Amino acid sequence: MSKSNFSRRGVLKTGAIAGAGLALPTYLSAASHSGFTNAPTGSTVTFGFNVPQTGPYAEEGLDELRAQELAVEHLNGIGDGGMLNTFSSKVLDGTGILGKKVNFVTGDTQTKSDVARASAQSMIQKDNCIMINGGSSSGVAVAVQGLCQEAGVIFMAGLTHSNDTTGKDKKANGFRHFFNAYMSGAALGPVLQKEYGTDRRAYHLTADYTWGWTQQESIQASTEALGWETAQNVLTPVGAGDFSSYIAPVLNSGADTLILNHYGGDMVNSLTQAVQFGLRDRQVNGKDFTIIVPLYSELMAAGAGSNIRGVFGSMNWNWQLQDEGTQAFVRSFGQKYGFPPSNAAHTCYVQTLLYADAVTRAGSFNPCAVVEALEDFEFDGMGNGPTTYRGADHQCFKDVLVMKGAENPTSQYDTLEIVEITPRAQVEYDPEHPMFAGGNLGTCNPGA
Amino acid sequence: MLGLNKSDFKLFLIVCLLALAAPILLNPFPTDSALGQSFNAGYPALMQRFVIFGILVIGFNILFGLTGYLSFGHAAFLGVGSYAAVWMFKLLSYNVVPAILLSVVVAGVFSVVIGYVSLRRSGIYFSILTLAFAQMSYQLAYSVLTPITNGETGLQVYNNDPQILMRAGDPTVPHLFGWRMNDKTELSMGGWNFVFENGYYLAAIFMIISFYLAIRIFRSPFGMMLRAIKSNQTRMSYTGLNTKPYMLAAFVISGMYAGLAGGLLAAMDPLTGAERMFWTASGEIVVMAILGGVGTLIGPVLGAGLIKYLENIVSKINDSILHSWFAFMPDWLDNLLVGIIHPFIGKGWHLTLGLLFMAVVIFLPGGLVQGGQKIGALFNRKKKSDAADGATKPAE
Amino acid sequence: MDAFLLQILNGLDKGAAYALIALGLTLIFGTLGVVNFAHGALFMIGAFCAVTLQRILSFSFTTIDETRTDFLGNPLKVQTPYVESWFGPELGAAIQDWSVPLAILMVIPVMFLFGWIMERGLIKHFYTRPHADQILVTFGLAIVIGELIKYFFGANPIQTPAPQMFLGTIDVGSWLGFDRGAVAYPMWRLVYFMFSLLIIAAVFAFLQFTTFGMVVRAGMADRETVGLLGIDIDKRFTFMFGLAAAVAGMAGVMYTPILSPHYNIGMDFLVLSFVVVVVGGMGSLPGAVLAGFLLGILQSFASMNEVKALIPGIDQIIIYLIAIIILLTRPRGLMGRKGVMEN
Repeated sequence: MSKSNFSRRGVLKTGAIAGAGLALPTYLSAASHSGFTNAPTGSTVTFGFNVPQTGPYAEEGLDELRAQELAVEHLNGIGDGGMLNTFSSKVLDGTGILGKKVNFVTGDTQTKSDVARASAQSMIQKDNCIMINGGSSSGVAVAVQGLCQEAGVIFMAGLTHSNDTTGKDKKANGFRHFFNAYMSGAALGPVLQKEYGTDRRAYHLTADYTWGWTQQESIQASTEALGWETAQNVLTPVGAGDFSSYIAPVLNSGADTLILNHYGGDMVNSLTQAVQFGLRDRQVNGKDFTIIVPLYSELMAAGAGSNIRGVFGSMNWNWQLQDEGTQAFVRSFGQKYGFPPSNAAHTCYVQTLLYADAVTRAGSFNPCAVVEALEDFEFDGMGNGPTTYRGADHQCFKDVLVMKGAENPTSQYDTLEIVEITPRAQVEYDPEHPMFAGGNLGTCNPGA
Repeated sequence: MLGLNKSDFKLFLIVCLLALAAPILLNPFPTDSALGQSFNAGYPALMQRFVIFGILVIGFNILFGLTGYLSFGHAAFLGVGSYAAVWMFKLLSYNVVPAILLSVVVAGVFSVVIGYVSLRRSGIYFSILTLAFAQMSYQLAYSVLTPITNGETGLQVYNNDPQILMRAGDPTVPHLFGWRMNDKTELSMGGWNFVFENGYYLAAIFMIISFYLAIRIFRSPFGMMLRAIKSNQTRMSYTGLNTKPYMLAAFVISGMYAGLAGGLLAAMDPLTGAERMFWTASGEIVVMAILGGVGTLIGPVLGAGLIKYLENIVSKINDSILHSWFAFMPDWLDNLLVGIIHPFIGKGWHLTLGLLFMAVVIFLPGGLVQGGQKIGALFNRKKKSDAADGATKPAE
Repeated sequence: MDAFLLQILNGLDKGAAYALIALGLTLIFGTLGVVNFAHGALFMIGAFCAVTLQRILSFSFTTIDETRTDFLGNPLKVQTPYVESWFGPELGAAIQDWSVPLAILMVIPVMFLFGWIMERGLIKHFYTRPHADQILVTFGLAIVIGELIKYFFGANPIQTPAPQMFLGTIDVGSWLGFDRGAVAYPMWRLVYFMFSLLIIAAVFAFLQFTTFGMVVRAGMADRETVGLLGIDIDKRFTFMFGLAAAVAGMAGVMYTPILSPHYNIGMDFLVLSFVVVVVGGMGSLPGAVLAGFLLGILQSFASMNEVKALIPGIDQIIIYLIAIIILLTRPRGLMGRKGVMEN
């Protein structure tokens, strides 16, 4: 069954790079003799799970960690196997990877680039990790991706939504399964048109850093394509806490739609405060005022409570999906931890399995072989429908969910409901799209 | 020797020895043993941080330890130094010499400006002024100054950067005239695996030089003057002495130390972000100094090492590692112990940190150095009382 | 004009919040001369008192509803809060709805006790120690408190809404002759504003018009002499610490509907409250209140689009910029006394 993408050309290329590495007059580390960084030598192989365990995204990080532990169990044949049963590629059989048992180490990124890099370095230098996975912010993802490229290990990004991760800052050793800001915009557009028409004036509040900007740019482009007008884009400081002085001017701006390009605690606060300002009870231009939160997460939805009712947004995945893969994953996660997984957990789980699968298909842990196996790899059964890992920028292409805050949630877990599953064709874009241009994937680096 | 008195020279030698032999000393346990995997700190990335933060806190101590002026915005100089260094990598080449030079110079200029303004006030007003400058730098670097700092993502070197001094065949990692920072020699002995990395040794040599300069400053007339200012600034002014230039000099020296540390951080890992300047980073420097022992020579290095060790080692211990330690015990005891330790490790490492601060400040006001002295005194007293016993006996 | 009025209103609202948070801090500075880095943590404990009460009121018993299923396909467990079964669904729901204002009743004794214990158990031993030591030990305490909160409540923000009847807005503008809805302000923010003024006034009145307050003020001015007069000033200072903690806690409770509490808000408010106190002048209560309002109003104006268009990013740094300007023109802040915390 195994369909290996590990071509002869790839082997030659890898060999040549490794050979060039060997020829350099430098002191060589022991690991370099096998041609790539941290080649597993014993009966085990180690993954590094680098997630925020302290700081504002700690809960999300811990949920990622739960999913990663679950993935490792499934790879090692413990538990019910989860998505391994539904995954279209069948090379993983629960005996570890290439006969090696999977181990893992964990680290705390604190959602700070510096700390995340220090933690990843320790995983690479001290724990001999062959792959780093996890994270909950784009800044951290870009920083760690760069580090993995230099060190010659594979980085499987966790939750990172900025266009830059697979745009301006893309790297050959890094892969992103999560969707991005452009896709959010493309998926939300038609739904917003259907719901709110083509004549709206949108007021953007945008977190003043790169992720906020890329999302604002993407949403503005897709809403303007519908015929909406952009009244104003206001940048707000990260972690402002009290957004009242930014929300108050919305009242008299003539806008009838507020778009909150915020995430995490900022989103919880800005949404709650916007609702307190009575925005949703207002009528402007003869229309009901409405609020949109382009990027949703379950944990935020829980934090925002009833304020989220009827608010549209987008997600990478949700546990309420009905496909086989989702159900298998939700079942094994729910049985182990007692509650459904978040979409951050899902992406980390899937990324871990995808890596393991790529290694197995390639027959080698060599990063260059893994890159080749993952590039343009098509798969299904992981909860998002048929999916492709595009080779040109290492971005996954799959359906995107448009969500809405549930009007009558029955428990704390179904505060969001799925409005539409936007087909993949609608969110695809050219790798050289202006919002993603300027990057350079480079060549894979096996390190050593 | 080297212009140092005997005890200072001894201390200096100890620091040299510790710094140069760190790759061996910090790996006390065999690499593959459970203890080694958890507690060994002798890997390049962490050792680099030990010495670089050592430099930073040695510099901070010249200001705070000697003059008593508590700067709460010292991380700004670290950040500025890092940005300067990364820009040198982007514009010139990956050679670390211009990068480190510029980082020291830029941090020096920044500290002249900030110091000149802030030193007009003393006490907590001075602290808040430095804090305000640092927070402004952080906020602007994170958002408005993104064209210069690359904002949240952090400044890094891209393939299409000018790098005008770069010739074909030059390393694409930071290097010292071709001597790559990330090259390393590994030495395997029995179960041990020691890694000697170029970058670490460059940083360690800078640390040794910084330490030497700090001793000289502490013992110089200039250092005496600073201490005099600390003990009574008003009296110094009444004697007709203008204390301002001395204070500013101390502030700038300390800022340049921070710039050097920032430059070295970038040289070890060519990426920098705004959060290096956040107030908690400044707070961390203060904490390191006080934990180690303010005003002592070796204290800052110890404090920096302890904090970085906790941050990198304790935060990585998780429950499955704990279970593997206690695997030999009966299950119930294993689970009990893991249950007790669980809140303090991994995601709870901040709790350990907080409790440690409190314990040190409450019981060892002089920091770790005082702890060392207390233990030392304990042994000395024993020896002395032995000797005294010996002396009295014949008389009986 | 209406936009301008709205920003003034917002500035006053922000200012009252800043002043209230800074008030407790400056009480401790002024009376005890202690730099309390755990002040933000006290504010946070207050906020989490509201969360705790919300949790207590929603303590539930479980019944299994065989007709419905949960996400794993098991029978759904239905949670019914005890308050609802005791007082009937309507009154029970109303009590839960009012959990934030009710938490005020809980927070005063809890925080007072906490402040008392903190002063007697820890701070007392640090009166004669350098400020740096005080900073470090209270900073350590702040971290420990934050981590304990995280251990019990998690790291996510927790929604603690105000009672239903305060959720809407008040159309302030229509009283003043503006168009309907042009100057509408959230009702709870106005409640918070009034509450802040009330507490600030109460603290001032207490210090100004009671004998106890007089003695404390005398102690602030000259601790030794008051001690020599045979007055047990220590006991009163301990009481002041408890009072300061209670003020911080009340500020925290009332702020929860505006800012969903999480384990790090203490640290978020720490720097801000220090800047406010220092700008006001160390040890000066009126200074702290004045500085709170000044910074609140200026920050509100700096966030206006017109101002931001003129100077990009000004809203991010305005607080620090003002702090620098004031400290350079007025050496001891707005109303600071000579010789307090200057060395």
